[in-house]
Amino acid sequence: MPDFIPLKTAIARSVTDGCSVALEGFTHLIPHAAAHEIIRQGRRELTLMRMTPDMIYDQLIGMGCVAKLIFSYAGNPGVGLLRRMRDAVENGWPVPLEIEEHSHAAMAHAYEAGASNMPFALMRGYIGAGLREVNPNIKTVTCPFTGEELAAFPALRPDVGIIHAAKADRQGNVLIEGILGVQKETVLAAKTAIVTVEQVVEDLQAHPNACVLPGWTISAICEVPGGAHPSYVHGVYPRDNSAYVEWDEIAADRDRFQAWMQANVLDVDDSVFADRVRGLV
Amino acid sequence: MDYSANEMMTVAAARALTSEDVCFVGIGAPSAACNLARLTHAPGVTLIYESGTIGTEPNVLPLSIGDGELCETALTTVSVPEMFRYWLQGGRITIGFLGGAQMDRFGNLNTTIVGDYHSPKVRLPGGGGAPEIAVHAQQIYITMKQSPRGFVPRIDFFTSFGFGEGGEDRARRGIATKGPTRLMTDMAVWAPEPETKELQVVSLHPGVTREAMAASVGWEILYAEDVGETPPPTAEELEILRDLHARTKAAHAGSG
Repeated sequence: MPDFIPLKTAIARSVTDGCSVALEGFTHLIPHAAAHEIIRQGRRELTLMRMTPDMIYDQLIGMGCVAKLIFSYAGNPGVGLLRRMRDAVENGWPVPLEIEEHSHAAMAHAYEAGASNMPFALMRGYIGAGLREVNPNIKTVTCPFTGEELAAFPALRPDVGIIHAAKADRQGNVLIEGILGVQKETVLAAKTAIVTVEQVVEDLQAHPNACVLPGWTISAICEVPGGAHPSYVHGVYPRDNSAYVEWDEIAADRDRFQAWMQANVLDVDDSVFADRVRGLV
Repeated sequence: MDYSANEMMTVAAARALTSEDVCFVGIGAPSAACNLARLTHAPGVTLIYESGTIGTEPNVLPLSIGDGELCETALTTVSVPEMFRYWLQGGRITIGFLGGAQMDRFGNLNTTIVGDYHSPKVRLPGGGGAPEIAVHAQQIYITMKQSPRGFVPRIDFFTSFGFGEGGEDRARRGIATKGPTRLMTDMAVWAPEPETKELQVVSLHPGVTREAMAASVGWEILYAEDVGETPPPTAEELEILRDLHARTKAAHAGSG
């Protein structure tokens, strides 16, 4: 059974300088509150994994927490580019950022391989793709039955996997509904898993085939209402699309970015998230 | 009815889809075209977004590929590994709909980088699902605006593979699918020349001249023997498209 502890405690005991962390959520259920806690605790030299690094990774990168990023699509969905990440890649600000770039299919397979305790993942893919030339972790294996050449790449095994969900029950079992992304794979691939939830309930009321992560696969449950904002929680609050549009302007300028982070992340704690979604419901 | 070049592009792209298609939808221009098709002549089209939503029927265009609207209106939603493994690699997608920042004459696309990969001039978002959509969808439709910056002789990075160097390059690499069979821009409809696979113009949108075409493309354009004129958008197509955009704008202007 996981520990029911404050987010601050969960991050402090699991996320250390230099460790690898996957904060996942495919547009949906992105653990913003957890990312902000990592920033507040001043972690450095992290290796971050995420299929779609968007606003939270832009923030972690811009605040100098990240040494290396493993990813497959770095954009502000429907809005544009990630300006803090670009500044790090193009100008090394505030610190240089090493990147390991994959396709979505490969990242998804690599989390699955991690969850399956396999050393690598394989797929029919990367055919004619330029990533093969620039990412030395994309290699080829030959099918022993047909002789076909397939793409291979290392499994993802983050030290810490962090996701958000609508609810957990009192035994720490977590229900994931809506767009599932790689939430389950992230928890099962990680050495330690932290789940932030909107609320802890008596009964998950899950149907027989629901996506439920048993409590014994999770290290800590942290109750943070609104903790995915401006991402969303299916059936609880919608995506705050205007916040993503605003982010494009905030992140465009280093000073404005730092002032925003000071006021909205460094000077507050995770209790502010509940207010941020109050007007959305 | 007056219409913009952008609307012409979306309408031309929408017309390429049928009710029998199972379409993997990219965000942006492809998303508008696919939903216009669904709301007009192709009500049976199955739209799939890489967030795992199968058979989705959004009332407004999603801002991201994972908006809640897509899941709420879908037949079912699967995990992202399952999406790429069973549905895309499994060969169940008939049309992959892609856009790009740069494209060459063989329909190879770049959404990764401008300049050198290791010291880029502009770092773009990257490939996402595109590298595998490009080889596993039975056919690829591309929709993007023509410009000298976008339609270049050589792309800076092969994010997703079109016809490579042309001819039989796909087959030589063991790719069994057809590749980019249609390109819909704001000025014309293009399709590959059967032998060389170079994209050639098959119809010009109303009012578009060959001089304007030449100024918007970074290579010498190949024209089919019998270049037609793209039928202009109908009043119905325009009305439905504008309603869709108006609903979308209203939905995204608010807090969700």
